[in-house]
Amino acid sequence: MKIPTTMTDKALTIDGLETVYDALATAIDQAGADKAQLFLVKLALLNANALADENLFQQQIAAALQDL
Amino acid sequence: MHTPTTEARPSIYYPYQVFQPWLASAHPAQDRKKVVVVGAGPAGMVTALELARHGVASVVLSSELQFSQGSRAICFTRRSMEILQQVGVADRMTEGGLPWRFGNSFYRGQRVFRMEAPHDADDRFFPIINVQQQYMEEYLHDACQAHPLIDFRWGNKLEKIDQKDGYAVLEVDTPEGPYALESDWVVAADGGRSGIRSAMNLQMEGASYEGFFVIADIQVDLPLPTERLAFFDPDWNPGNTILMHREPNGIWRVDYQLPAGETPEEALHPDSLKARIDAQLAMIGHAGVAWKMDWSSVYSARTLTLPDFVHGSVIFTGDAAHLLPIFGVRGANTAFQDAQSLGWHLAFVVKGLAGKQLLANHSAERVGAAREIITEAGKSTRFMAPPSPGFRLLRDAVLSLSLSQEFVRPLYHWRTSRPHEYSHSMLNSRDDDNHLFKSGPAHGAPPQNVRLGANDFLLDHLGGGFDLLYFTDAIALPDALQQVIQTARAQGLPLKVTAVGAAQAVNGADQTLPDADGHLRQRYGVPVDDGAKGGAYLLRPDQHICARWLTLDATRLQAALDNALPNHTCRT
Repeated sequence: MKIPTTMTDKALTIDGLETVYDALATAIDQAGADKAQLFLVKLALLNANALADENLFQQQIAAALQDL
Repeated sequence: MHTPTTEARPSIYYPYQVFQPWLASAHPAQDRKKVVVVGAGPAGMVTALELARHGVASVVLSSELQFSQGSRAICFTRRSMEILQQVGVADRMTEGGLPWRFGNSFYRGQRVFRMEAPHDADDRFFPIINVQQQYMEEYLHDACQAHPLIDFRWGNKLEKIDQKDGYAVLEVDTPEGPYALESDWVVAADGGRSGIRSAMNLQMEGASYEGFFVIADIQVDLPLPTERLAFFDPDWNPGNTILMHREPNGIWRVDYQLPAGETPEEALHPDSLKARIDAQLAMIGHAGVAWKMDWSSVYSARTLTLPDFVHGSVIFTGDAAHLLPIFGVRGANTAFQDAQSLGWHLAFVVKGLAGKQLLANHSAERVGAAREIITEAGKSTRFMAPPSPGFRLLRDAVLSLSLSQEFVRPLYHWRTSRPHEYSHSMLNSRDDDNHLFKSGPAHGAPPQNVRLGANDFLLDHLGGGFDLLYFTDAIALPDALQQVIQTARAQGLPLKVTAVGAAQAVNGADQTLPDADGHLRQRYGVPVDDGAKGGAYLLRPDQHICARWLTLDATRLQAALDNALPNHTCRT
């Protein structure tokens, strides 16, 4: 998937990405099937607030909607 | 034959009076009327009172013989009180009302948001005051009865409107049968289920939300202050929202959303009401407290408006013109603003002070207000009653986050009704100094009230026509200004001049406010000390600003008056 260059000027290291990967998967399991969606939306809102950029967030929404 | 009930409506706290119907047989033959107002709710009565204030007679038709059933609208905003002050009923509203300014939102037993509405020392009225609608209607009705220009007709039901060239023929049914009534103008203030709107087959634009809410008024003794209480997703009503408000006379409003799929009939069954109200009272720590039902009803949230309020001789106003969600107290509060606006716009057209273009302006301004409200109220509605799984998920995520995360809590704010600013009105002056002011109410804004002394505020002194606030410490208005003012008045324009800033009475002004401490000038963004004397504001009859100058001259005052009265033909 192509990510627009404007989308981010920082990137995770491979190590960092792997840590996020495991942490997120574990947390989804911990939330359980009936709460996973709620958990992910809470996480998205926290990330959006940390991002502090609604346009960038819109781009991420568009990127995440691709190829579902 | 129209036979409204003659039995007084039941109520724990309000003694309903059944009025006598108006019968054509008891009155002489009728000429064509200037204005007939169909509907005697808040919108209809305020329209009639404003028309009368500007010297225009009207007939007000109420199909019933008594005031409306149940408390209905209970929360009235500061701007509504300022409007009600203009028609003379604010003191009675204040006397019986419960003022408040705090709101609380609860989730899982925790208060997650507290709204504190500002209460400026310059405001006479609180942000909100709770009064039951029957009382408000009684006060307005008393004011209507006291005015010789208002012909109030109980038990008169509009059956048919036939629009002719420049007037309408109405068929009005009464307990002795129908009569015909002709009128140049018909104000359709016949409420959310407007029969006139249906008969004319007019389509509203906007959205309707699924889901029903119950409103129940109960008599109960709760040791709680007058504050808005909102409960989200409680155990007894998962996923849904409950609101509570204290009303006068020992009554509380409980407002709760129904589970999906439940019908209004099921919801209003006494067993269902009892179980849910008991559960709500238990949840707030008052399990088993004795209470008594006064009135209950069901509503759904809609954000709909007619795209134009003027249709030939018929002008729609209040709920007949738009349906707005209850969240944010937008029904009656919007209706008051509609009616105040319609009153002067229509009166000026009837009196020939402006052309019909002025009514087009009324429609444009109030449709604009309705659309603004729809945008704002839509946000509240989507939070209070999520319309889709996505919106529900986001709402639930915000509830959950709000227990620990400050940043989402403002989403609980319920965006209270506020007056629309007519920033782009065609009545706003085009060559004044609006953009040069650094503060003060701008083009189209409602006025800023200012405390002048004990129980004395600026808005107490304004209204009834155009108001010119002229800032000066001189002994007289300049001759050239006085000449423009005299000429306008000679042509029938009601224009009151208030001089601000002089210790002595100012010649050429109707009244002088000394403003010794300069506070009024400061709130209006007018320099107090330097040479910029002769600043001015022009307020329309609804007190919204249509021009302001750092230094006023006769030419620009004339231009502003001409601009505020489009199509006026007899001006020199």
